[in-house]
Amino acid sequence: MHDILIKNGTVFDPINNIDGEIIDIAISKGKIVDKVDESNAEVIDASNKIVLPGGVDIHSHIAGPKVNMGRLLRPEDHYRNLKPKTSVKRAGVGTSCPSTFTTGYEYSEMGYTTVFEPANPPLKMLHVIDEFNDTPMIDKACYPLFGSNWHVMEYLHDNKEDELAAYIAWTLRSVKGYACKLVNPGGVEQWKWGGDVEGLDVAVGNFGVTPREIVKGMCKAVQRLNLPHSIHIHANNLGMPGNYETSIETLDSMREYAKENTNGKPNPIAHLTHVQFNTYGGTNWMNITSGAEHLAKYINNNDHVSIDLGQVVFSDTTTMTADGPFEHKLQTLTGNRWVNADIEAETGCGIVPIKYKKSNYIHAIMWVTGLEAALMIDDPWKVCMTTDHPNGGYFTTYPRVVTWLMSQKAREKYMEKVNKRAKSRTALESLDREYSFSDVVISTRAGTARLLGLNDKGHLGVGADADVAVYNIDLNKIDPAIQYWKVRKALRRADYTIKDGEIVVKDGEVVKSVPGRSYWVDSKVSTDLAKSVESEIKEKFKDYYTIQMSNYIVAEKNIINSSPITVQAEV
Amino acid sequence: MTGIKVKVLSGRTLRQGVGKEAGKNSERYRTSVSICEMNSEDITSLSIKAGENVKVTSAHGSVVLKSVSSNQLTKPGMIFIPYGLYANQLFNETTGGSGMPTFKGEPAVVESAIEEPVKTLEELITEI
Amino acid sequence: MEIFQDVVCPVCGCLCDDIEVSVENNKIVKARNACAMGTTKFLNYNNDRIPSPMIKNNGVQKPVSLEECIEKTAEILVKAKYPLIYGLSLSSVESVKVAIELTEEVGGVLDNQTSVCHGPGVQGIHDIGESTGSLGEIRHRADLIIAWGANLQEAHPRHMERYSYTSKGRYRNGKEDRNLIVIDVRETLTAKAADKFIQIEQGKDFEFINALRTALRLEQIQKDKVAGVPVEEIEKLAEVLRSCEFGVIFFGQGVTQVNGKGRNIDGLFSLTRDLNSWTKFLIMPARGHFNVAGVNQVATWQTGFPYAIDLSRGYPWYNPGETTIIDIIRRGESDATLVVGSDPIAHFPPAISKRMITTPLISIDPAHSMTTMVSDVVIPSSFAGIEYEGLAYRMDGLCLPLKKLVKEPDNTMSDEKVLKMILAKVRELKKVN
Repeated sequence: MHDILIKNGTVFDPINNIDGEIIDIAISKGKIVDKVDESNAEVIDASNKIVLPGGVDIHSHIAGPKVNMGRLLRPEDHYRNLKPKTSVKRAGVGTSCPSTFTTGYEYSEMGYTTVFEPANPPLKMLHVIDEFNDTPMIDKACYPLFGSNWHVMEYLHDNKEDELAAYIAWTLRSVKGYACKLVNPGGVEQWKWGGDVEGLDVAVGNFGVTPREIVKGMCKAVQRLNLPHSIHIHANNLGMPGNYETSIETLDSMREYAKENTNGKPNPIAHLTHVQFNTYGGTNWMNITSGAEHLAKYINNNDHVSIDLGQVVFSDTTTMTADGPFEHKLQTLTGNRWVNADIEAETGCGIVPIKYKKSNYIHAIMWVTGLEAALMIDDPWKVCMTTDHPNGGYFTTYPRVVTWLMSQKAREKYMEKVNKRAKSRTALESLDREYSFSDVVISTRAGTARLLGLNDKGHLGVGADADVAVYNIDLNKIDPAIQYWKVRKALRRADYTIKDGEIVVKDGEVVKSVPGRSYWVDSKVSTDLAKSVESEIKEKFKDYYTIQMSNYIVAEKNIINSSPITVQAEV
Repeated sequence: MTGIKVKVLSGRTLRQGVGKEAGKNSERYRTSVSICEMNSEDITSLSIKAGENVKVTSAHGSVVLKSVSSNQLTKPGMIFIPYGLYANQLFNETTGGSGMPTFKGEPAVVESAIEEPVKTLEELITEI
Repeated sequence: MEIFQDVVCPVCGCLCDDIEVSVENNKIVKARNACAMGTTKFLNYNNDRIPSPMIKNNGVQKPVSLEECIEKTAEILVKAKYPLIYGLSLSSVESVKVAIELTEEVGGVLDNQTSVCHGPGVQGIHDIGESTGSLGEIRHRADLIIAWGANLQEAHPRHMERYSYTSKGRYRNGKEDRNLIVIDVRETLTAKAADKFIQIEQGKDFEFINALRTALRLEQIQKDKVAGVPVEEIEKLAEVLRSCEFGVIFFGQGVTQVNGKGRNIDGLFSLTRDLNSWTKFLIMPARGHFNVAGVNQVATWQTGFPYAIDLSRGYPWYNPGETTIIDIIRRGESDATLVVGSDPIAHFPPAISKRMITTPLISIDPAHSMTTMVSDVVIPSSFAGIEYEGLAYRMDGLCLPLKKLVKEPDNTMSDEKVLKMILAKVRELKKVN
């Protein structure tokens, strides 16, 4: 592996307070280093180009049984993007549900180096890992679903907080998960009888716990386990008019568990994901509006919260979520094809293709909601840019979303084409905030890495992973607020992507295939507690599942580049 | 000699499932797939006894099988042959644009064939 | 004696993982908990091995070295313009991955037993989508189970005990809490075990499904009988479906292999979707071979398509009816076939078999089959889940690890390894050319 020297690039590295300075970045043995011997290094001339840390995506549905069912549901989606085999690339297809190889290549060609898959059943993690092994170019991890898990609800019902924490630690370790995801907590269990919970204080039948209790209990457990990422939550009532109130109530229920960081501020402990889907005002489909103003106000006043956008991009895409009842509602609303897949003792899943149209009032409101949230929340460290791929749009549309954030002109131009009634009911036109490149780096790299607890990613300081992206944007000539389309084009195809110190993309094309890592978290709880909980799980296992406990456990030998992160729990 | 008109079904049986696991060269496999399950009325109308051979002929081929009276075929006019080389002699190669041949419901005629032997798998293969 | 616990059974799509296998002197002597098919495989798998790699010379298969077989196979595949690679439902997922890469490398078509078993069911997902779930959901909740053209008792002997009718779950304590209705043309063993058997006329599934959907919408069916079933009985059945707490339909090849094919499945998937406006209802296929679902899974995530994947253009292309193996051979387009762990000669219509052997035929198989008997090249392999480990997917899409229980014979190796050797040789030959 050659040393690499990226010379004369305009560097944005907010973690290290570098804001557009022209400096050289040296790389050796997969890490950023102080300097390298230029005569022995591969030199990249980055004059008049920008140099950023590799992209870190906090929430993108790229692998696992749900995504694969989406691929199976939509052969027509694949025909729009057929990728032939090359000397370095495997063949592939797909736009909203791309095949695994294509997913890796397209992320890498955009300068992304880390992508976290946000929702899979613990029971199906062996499948997820199997797909991760076939998703090259990027580091990966997955957040297993806990929101309607029988063990979780029973421990909460019995007030067994220590056991709950130990159960979560056992599960993450056994199935190789990274963080805890809650999707419509309690609602998915209700859906298995055809219902839903519709609020934080409706008890989940047969279990006698409420979504509020699930949210609070899980948040507390995650805090006690010292997991690198906070609770990752998709709130109840997702997609419904007026649901911003449920979202704020959900976030507020967790506030008491926040710990102070060294700056005396609370650490983020609740990540409200694809906020766009969780932040509507109004009372019905006729008067639905954006509720972003209310949510932004709450988040501006509360530091225990982070979000990602779930921005809608007008396109023909595929919605997919563990929120089975929501997808059933969407199926009855749209009449589109529908997949439902419930998973024993754990969770569910629904998939419905959707075409977001500019002319449609509701879709236009959705588009507005995401952008308002991004522009009204003051602190970019709290805001991650996502489309909740593929729910709001494909990950390949990120450059477009970024330019909407960076350019009021881009927004205005687009706004001309959207539904007029929606336009008349949004504050978006009055928002003149424009993201700087530093803000963009925070919401696509530095902030996401920090929220995920990935200390070696999201920045270019000495010792960081040498994951770097170089884009052909000459800031002497291009003002992103004005020539936004040039920025969009450049961000779509990185000049260089460097992954772990190797050049993997050149001129927007993959030149080398690398497998990437699979991260997972091992939170160590006290030995006695771990033992007693494991035997409890064992006792219940054959009653809850149709497989043996030993076959539930994902062996490390099945993982390419297994990368555990060990933390010490407080239980 | 006149035969009776039937529809041919093929499918899995436990004996065939066990036979294939015992080995495709095994007697267990051969005897599990070289049978023609019939409604007892159909057997009677052919003037044969269960266990005697019948010849089944469709538009696509013909095969001699050992008749078996089946209480699963509650009505006359349908015969059942377990999945395998024998059953497949009778099926059409077209799929109607589906990729899948019609392995169930092929029209055929069953005749008494007491004197004709059931071919071995090797014999059937050499005919391919 | 060594005892292996929690062994996954490599026979049918149930993938039972509670088998206890006893091994003595590298020989399996006992397989507890397995059904008749499973036990027979565990105890007899080794009886009918292909003794040596073979190449046909003047019409007679002669023993040769493995290297010769690999070389010959690679030559055939490199020379072929449109080769077929078929099978893999009895191989590990890892083997499937290599097979896809090999197909990509030689620019051929990868197809699988799905084509002739549940292909129409897969096409139904493209058309309608599917309301489904894991088998444990059925075990815990289902109070109504419909077996439609599916003879579970014979094809999946432990299905009822582990996952459905007689299984005990959180909310259902066995068969007294459930209602099993069988809809079939034959009074199968499953029908005989059911609470109710509805016999329909052969080939009339589509009519019957649509009559049922009509009745479900409380509309009048304009006939006295549909598919031989009186309208009053259809209306009664609709009421039973509507009023259950949690229903499920298991469908088998009784609906996929008859006239109507994919349209039957579209109907069943639509029926299930409709029922979710009234109650909770799922549907799932009863898949045959133990890893047929795994081939679909891997192929879908690697290429976007579940089976019948044409890689001859360099990118994946899929059009069942055109890129499916039966149709390709019928049109006489393929010029070589590599079969991995399958017996198409025993299971395809004879006109197709006849055409298949007019072009070079290669078999990778642990044991004799009709197909190995007529192949030009025969490469013996090991048994997945007995002699080598890997992953497999259950009929409901659950991934399970197969175990290695005994050492493989000296002259065999896994499909994965054989395919890797072929791939390496193909690349070598392509470079030379």
